[in-house]
Amino acid sequence: MIELNQFLILSALLFTIGVIGIFLNRKNVIIILMSIELILLSVNINFIAFSYFLNDLTGQIFSLFVLTVAAAEAAIGLAILVIYNRNAGNIEIEKISALKG
Amino acid sequence: MTASLLSFYIFSAVILLSSLMVISSRNPVHSVLFLILAFFNAAGLFVILHAEFLAMILIIVYVGAVAVLFLFVVMMLDFRTGLEKSNILQYMPIGLFVGVVFISELIIVLINTKLELKNIQILTNPLSNFDNLTNTEAIGSILYTDYILYFQVSGIILLVAMIGSIVLTLRDREGVKRQSIVQQLERSSQIELKEVKSREGVDI
Repeated sequence: MIELNQFLILSALLFTIGVIGIFLNRKNVIIILMSIELILLSVNINFIAFSYFLNDLTGQIFSLFVLTVAAAEAAIGLAILVIYNRNAGNIEIEKISALKG
Repeated sequence: MTASLLSFYIFSAVILLSSLMVISSRNPVHSVLFLILAFFNAAGLFVILHAEFLAMILIIVYVGAVAVLFLFVVMMLDFRTGLEKSNILQYMPIGLFVGVVFISELIIVLINTKLELKNIQILTNPLSNFDNLTNTEAIGSILYTDYILYFQVSGIILLVAMIGSIVLTLRDREGVKRQSIVQQLERSSQIELKEVKSREGVDI
């Protein structure tokens, strides 16, 4: 039978892949947005695994809200990306330094 | 090895491989397609966990909306190729360092803690209450009652996101010919009607 720990390890690996993706891609903002989606997916897997193994429905409800927020975040992020590309001509992260931070 | 265990391993292997391809692929379009593959397999995992409604929502919302949105943006903007050699060498150490720290912390925590799920007594919506209902009915029966406030708030979040992205990307272009209804209505005082006799015509 599948155990809870297998799901937790899977989502830990997925989360780590997402974090590494954020650090590794300094060229392309859209890959970073996709890495954030992967991280949220791993969180969702955690929630639903706990929901199943605890026999509690609340995890699925929370996962639904995480999906909602992730969709909103993707829409806003892509809109910002489009107008930044229109104004600056590129979306390479290394060249996004308008704030001189 | 039961069927569910076998399918768990298949789904999770495909998820991990395709998410690796998402972050390492040179072509952003390939990244989006691998993201879609990862979402499909995550939906399979959700089905294994008896969360059928969320599996279908994942496919509809993520694959049908979010991933297609990504695909649109990737194809609309002109991207250079993703990772380059110098970039990989430059950022690989810090990325690997953070990744190794993350995964080792998580694995250590997972190995050292023995979760006694039977001892946890803080269930708020135990599944045994919904024994005769399907997953969708069970979610609906508490989403619209106990969690109605959060449901409405998530609706507001989506509304704000919609308005925000429309406002961000809306722009007035110069030289676009549009119908101006106010101007059209104001013209009525300057218009005169002429009776044109047949075969004679009228001077303009």
